[in-house]
Amino acid sequence: MADKVLMKGNEAIAEAAIIAGCRHYFGYPITPQTEVAAYMAKKMPKIGGTFLQAESEIAAINMVYGVSSAGKRVMTSSSSPGISLKSEGLSYLAGADLPAFVVNVQRGGPGLGGIQPSQSDYFQATRGGGHGDYHMVVYAPASVQEMASLTVKAFETADKYRMTSMILADGTMGQMMEPVDLESLKVNPAPEKPWATTGTDKKREHNIINSLYLKPEQLEKVNFERYERYKTVEANEVMYEEYLMDDAEICVAAFGIAARVSKNAINAAREKGIKVGMIRPITLWPFPKDVFKNAAEKVHTFISVELSMGQMIEDVKLATECKAKYVLCNRVGGMIPLPEQVLADIEEAAKGGEL
Amino acid sequence: MVVFDKPKALADVPLHYCPGCTHGIVHRLVAEAIDEFDIEGRTIGIAPVGCSVMAYDYFNCDMIEAAHGRAPAVATGVKRADPSKIVFTYQGDGDLASIGMAETVHAAARNENITVIFINNAIYGMTGGQMAPTSLPGQVTQTSPYGRDVKLCGFPVKVCEMLSRLDGAEYIERVAVNNIKNINAAKKAIKKAFQNQIEGKGFSLIEVISSCPTNWGLTPQNALKWIDEKMIPYYPLGVYKDRSAEGVRLV
Repeated sequence: MADKVLMKGNEAIAEAAIIAGCRHYFGYPITPQTEVAAYMAKKMPKIGGTFLQAESEIAAINMVYGVSSAGKRVMTSSSSPGISLKSEGLSYLAGADLPAFVVNVQRGGPGLGGIQPSQSDYFQATRGGGHGDYHMVVYAPASVQEMASLTVKAFETADKYRMTSMILADGTMGQMMEPVDLESLKVNPAPEKPWATTGTDKKREHNIINSLYLKPEQLEKVNFERYERYKTVEANEVMYEEYLMDDAEICVAAFGIAARVSKNAINAAREKGIKVGMIRPITLWPFPKDVFKNAAEKVHTFISVELSMGQMIEDVKLATECKAKYVLCNRVGGMIPLPEQVLADIEEAAKGGEL
Repeated sequence: MVVFDKPKALADVPLHYCPGCTHGIVHRLVAEAIDEFDIEGRTIGIAPVGCSVMAYDYFNCDMIEAAHGRAPAVATGVKRADPSKIVFTYQGDGDLASIGMAETVHAAARNENITVIFINNAIYGMTGGQMAPTSLPGQVTQTSPYGRDVKLCGFPVKVCEMLSRLDGAEYIERVAVNNIKNINAAKKAIKKAFQNQIEGKGFSLIEVISSCPTNWGLTPQNALKWIDEKMIPYYPLGVYKDRSAEGVRLV
């Protein structure tokens, strides 16, 4: 068995990115993702990489745009208010079909909000965040191990589909320490990037990285084409975990730290004989619609456990065509639901009572 | 015998610029520098948002279109990805001195080894002639219809004067392209801005005082005169900073 190392979630992301071949990191200080930058600042100079503290999140994401244009694996990380600033760049990356890896270790909002864990950027992440029609592949790790493994996966997905992939973690995932197996991380080399602006060497026509299409017919065409690509992503890249769903009549939907809290509640409910399970989306976009749709055949109540005012619950309702009963079990502003709160909602649902 | 030809780094396509606009001249000067150093194959240009947004179609080297004002940050990424490449940005006054001020100042402060070509025509051209950060006091524009009132909207930004105070900046010069003499000086400055980068010397910015007859409401000829009479007195030409003789600071 491979040796494990004890790491913070934020550090696991940084080390996994290096393992994935990322040699360029740009960031701007913000809590609670600081360790990603600190780790990169120490490591990158020693392995011939670039760590650069940009003048703003806006500059950082545009530096990412530059490195990605040059065909190299690149990342930035931030937390909620910083991701809002990066959203301009996220839209341009999508418009120019550039691969990039972005980390959002969420904190409570809106505005300056707080610095404690949150999942309230779900809409922003799964709907793109910036202007225009686009998506990012959004991963929601629920352990430090997944912070690492999904980081590697995110780089590969970004390159494969020429789009931004995001780790949507919360402050808990970023700050908690767990043993991680880094040795077993498997990395596929980056594909050829003939579109990259690496200099023509006077051997080919010039490459142009661009998101401007003044002719509406052209802009419509590239949007349609991009969404065809998104369909492939939806077909191939959905990830989720099912927990005790075989005979479940109640289904908890939760990701990240909310899923870990929910597991405790589900175990306690099972001991009381309640048939409850969990679907944990690992990709928030593409959302595991089919597994929810199938679950709705035998589940009477879905309990969405979220650190938000109820964002993922909308996707659960859409996937299950509003056929079941739906309960939001939430805490916000940096608060985390306790297993007792989740258990109480499960027990109430088991009674068939209105919540 | 061909005595005058298009530079090879400039694509053989019609430019979209208005009659009398000096973008074409500056494009040519940049392309001539690329040709003379024979660096087209390893040059990456960054186009701005504004009139020269479609510069990506006009240069034969690889090109990237950046978000408004972000060209120096994008250039930083490209250069850091492969320092052997030659990277230039081509930006207007709204792009560089208003929305992209932070990116401009910090690229200079970092002594980022890039070449910045800054077109100052004291107006937003592409959107139809609004007040720019470099519009002159009293200048009439669509958004300063009674003339730029410095009490209301402050004073123009003098980019060369400002950047020359930064330790990071290597070479800062202001030129104009309204007559042959000035064009020759501009050509020399632009060439040097590329040479500095080739030699690894760092951040070079050339501000080019340019004309916008369409949005100034002047004939092309009178626009060139207006540069002499109004623009150059406010924005004096010359070298504002030049450390290039002091050797290479970048490792």
